[in-house]
Amino acid sequence: MRYLPLTDADRTAMLAVIGAPSVDALFADVPESAHLYGPIEGLPLHAGEQSVERHMRRLSAQNLSAADAPFFLGAGAYRHHVPASVDHLIQRGEFLTAYTPYQPEIAQGTLQMLFEFQTQVARLLGCDVANASMYDGSTAAWEAVVMARRITKRSGVLIHDGLHPHYVSTIQTMARFTGDVIDYAPPVLASDCGEDALVARIDGGTSCVVVQYPDILGRLPDLAAIAAAAQAHGALLIAVVTEPVALGAIASPGELGADIVVGEGQSLGVGLQFGGPYLGLFATRDKYVRQMPGRLCGETVDAAGRRSFVLTLSTREQHIRREKATSNICTNSGLCALAFSAHVTLLGEKGLRALAAENHRLACDVADRLAAIPGVEVVNDSFFNEFTVRIGRDARQVVRDLAAQQVLAGVSLGRLYPQEAGLADGLLVAVTETVTPEDIDALVAGLEGVLA
Amino acid sequence: MNVMNASGWKPGTPVPAGDESATVSGNRGLMLEEPLIFEIGTTETTGVDLPEPATDRVSRLGRHARTGAIGLPGLSEPETVRHYTRLSRQNYAIDCGIFPLGSCTMKHNPRLNEKVARMPGFADVHPLQPADTVQGALAVIDELAVWLIKLTGMHSVAMTPKAGAHGELCGILCIKAALQARGEDRRVILVPESAHGTNPATAAFAGFAVEGIPADADGRVDLAALTARLGPDVAGVMITNPNTCGLFERDMKAISDAVHAVGGYVYCDGANFNAIVGRVRPGDLGIDAMHINLHKTFSTPHGGGGPGSGPVVLSEALSPYAPLPFTERQGDGHITLVEEETVGDRHPHSFGRMSAFHGQMGMFTRALTYILSHGADGLRQVAEDAVLNANYMLRSLEDLLDAPFAASGPCMHEALFSDANFAKGVSTLDVAKALIDEGFHPMTMYFPLVVHGAMLVEPTECESKATLDQFIASMRAIAERANAGDDSLHAAPLLAPRRRVDETAAARKPRLVWREVAELG
Repeated sequence: MRYLPLTDADRTAMLAVIGAPSVDALFADVPESAHLYGPIEGLPLHAGEQSVERHMRRLSAQNLSAADAPFFLGAGAYRHHVPASVDHLIQRGEFLTAYTPYQPEIAQGTLQMLFEFQTQVARLLGCDVANASMYDGSTAAWEAVVMARRITKRSGVLIHDGLHPHYVSTIQTMARFTGDVIDYAPPVLASDCGEDALVARIDGGTSCVVVQYPDILGRLPDLAAIAAAAQAHGALLIAVVTEPVALGAIASPGELGADIVVGEGQSLGVGLQFGGPYLGLFATRDKYVRQMPGRLCGETVDAAGRRSFVLTLSTREQHIRREKATSNICTNSGLCALAFSAHVTLLGEKGLRALAAENHRLACDVADRLAAIPGVEVVNDSFFNEFTVRIGRDARQVVRDLAAQQVLAGVSLGRLYPQEAGLADGLLVAVTETVTPEDIDALVAGLEGVLA
Repeated sequence: MNVMNASGWKPGTPVPAGDESATVSGNRGLMLEEPLIFEIGTTETTGVDLPEPATDRVSRLGRHARTGAIGLPGLSEPETVRHYTRLSRQNYAIDCGIFPLGSCTMKHNPRLNEKVARMPGFADVHPLQPADTVQGALAVIDELAVWLIKLTGMHSVAMTPKAGAHGELCGILCIKAALQARGEDRRVILVPESAHGTNPATAAFAGFAVEGIPADADGRVDLAALTARLGPDVAGVMITNPNTCGLFERDMKAISDAVHAVGGYVYCDGANFNAIVGRVRPGDLGIDAMHINLHKTFSTPHGGGGPGSGPVVLSEALSPYAPLPFTERQGDGHITLVEEETVGDRHPHSFGRMSAFHGQMGMFTRALTYILSHGADGLRQVAEDAVLNANYMLRSLEDLLDAPFAASGPCMHEALFSDANFAKGVSTLDVAKALIDEGFHPMTMYFPLVVHGAMLVEPTECESKATLDQFIASMRAIAERANAGDDSLHAAPLLAPRRRVDETAAARKPRLVWREVAELG
């Protein structure tokens, strides 16, 4: 077997050193009733590289890849061009096959990268500090809610109707077991984000207000007004960003007053990957640092006085604090953080702003083209690179019909909100720099065709 | 601001006084010092070619259009590649040598896995594409699920948890949901003192009170003490098997039976499943839930700290409570993604969703590729070689290093030592740092907590006998120095990119982001 270096002669020699008659003797503590005496039946035996690759290639070919069709899906996962050097760098064995940097003297590469990542994330989200990443945006949002309860000692969680429904479900799962009280209702198809109604529901029991920006319908809620109202009641504003490229074109949540900003970093460097692994971003104010979950990398010096980096403030974490930890999290999304950081370094401020501008330009063009189709109405007044259209019939079927024509037209709200009849004719359309004029023509023609 | 390095930083860094090999640049041959991107990049530099933003267009960004700067430095492509390549060379990695971290399982990461994960049908598909357009991706999830179920002898598997600790939470939430469905409010989860810190943290996060279970003199769960504590307030136990002392829990089936007899559930921390895969099925030991770290047993890369993946296999009793979404293969071979839109009333007791989308697909493709490469026979060989290598390590070092459970029988995939033989003043940390100078990554230090100055050595099945012998030779030499009280060990490492790093200073006044020197004041 190509991954196993021991030879039979090695095994025999090693057993002699151990003083065991056979490998079976090393498993003597396994009770007789649980011993398996041969390969588990019904499972295939080992296979060579060619044959495994052939099998996996066959499965890969059964999928319609985004590169092979006009593609307009978003809803929390965005397709952006990732420069070739990013994928090369994350495949450096010294990054790919390293462990968590618990021995800092031989892990400065990962540690310095994390320090740079934390700084990039803090600046992008407009916060004082950021951690070394979480699993993904949805679990980062859940952890932010838990953190808000630790800070405010309150249990009321007010969720804006524009939060991604998967994120809402993730928070609801946690609340079922922790006793937090969730105040949430699905959105209606309107351009108004309903900030006034939201703010009116904040009271003295509110721990946090959770607002996605841009929201699930692509709208841009007035974060500054919500932050002021929440803070006036002693509650925290948790802002959720699922498309960080937007922050090249719109003000960051931290600048607008959010106390905790979490995000999904997938759209920079990571790629679609059918939903994972992704990259949870987590940032907050300096004063809340010790309430933060997750790993943190800090600057220090070595015994020779040289600048060095090290994982720090681990007294918040499970391996030290056990049942009193701020979270049970025991990992970050290290390699995805590297991909994000390298992509952001390649872009720089200039590139990110140009990328954001290009996304917005194309999205405006597509919105105008779609609005001109009879029976299609654009819901949003404002948006970045994703917006909602009403198409006057069940968007789930329209999406499936267009997929059958090799056009991936967007995400139907019916898929995300199957219980909400009022959203059934809503379609989310995301437009990034990867979209070509031909793609736009195909989308317009496809929609005209199925709606005619 | 064009130039972010306004502070005039220079790459020369202090080197020890009197060092004859000191250089002007601070670099030392192939060991290159690398500034931060904030010290070398500028906000006007970019490594991508994009159209210049048009200034005459009407924006629909509304009231929040960005007006201020972000402060993100950019580098050209050659500078970027060089920056990260230089950083990478300051890392130790499995690709460089043995990485014997007990409990962490640093095995070789096959490159076929990487190639497969990058196939366009896996890497470039959106999680919300219509199911008809992603049948191959769903098939990967389904095939891997079948393997995990058969390898563990369990009833079902929840694939979505994103790491081991997330899987623990999934399993504990299944237990909590099952108890709620029975109308019972059991408050206590029992956790052995040797457990990973995630176990008590997870149980506490789910609202349980955590109580410890003592170990017996052999290093295993004290069955009598456990049984005596069981009662109607106990929701369940969380047990690691093989345990964190590297031993198989001989009484696992008896423990499960006792817990079930009082109406509780058995959670198994599957971090060490790599020791028994193909030889023992946890389902045969009465387990109700167990997470599987795909990055441990099934070779997906650790990536410098994630991403992981932690599917949870479940017993029939807990399966109804599993989270959404999951895959379901129909009679005609079509695979359905069972999620909010499609679940209807088929899975009414599910506790909900653990996260957005469908789990760590990029890890599923890698793990399935690894599993298919090894097959049922190869995976069994993996466990056998891992256990053989660990026992070889144990018996080759136990005369010099104290091995507290050496008399408890063979170890499984990892060998546990303590600092008992070291002279006063020499610590496990000293030994670990001396191993760095020898060119090895140290073993896990100070875990499990039940052994003083613990050193947990897990070679994995991927190391040759020659590599083990090299490691053993170095470890023996260091152990002799430690036992003799050689104070020079305190200075190690001397030959690594950094000398000992001051962790206390980092925590006392945390600097977690880069700020201009002027800002720091």
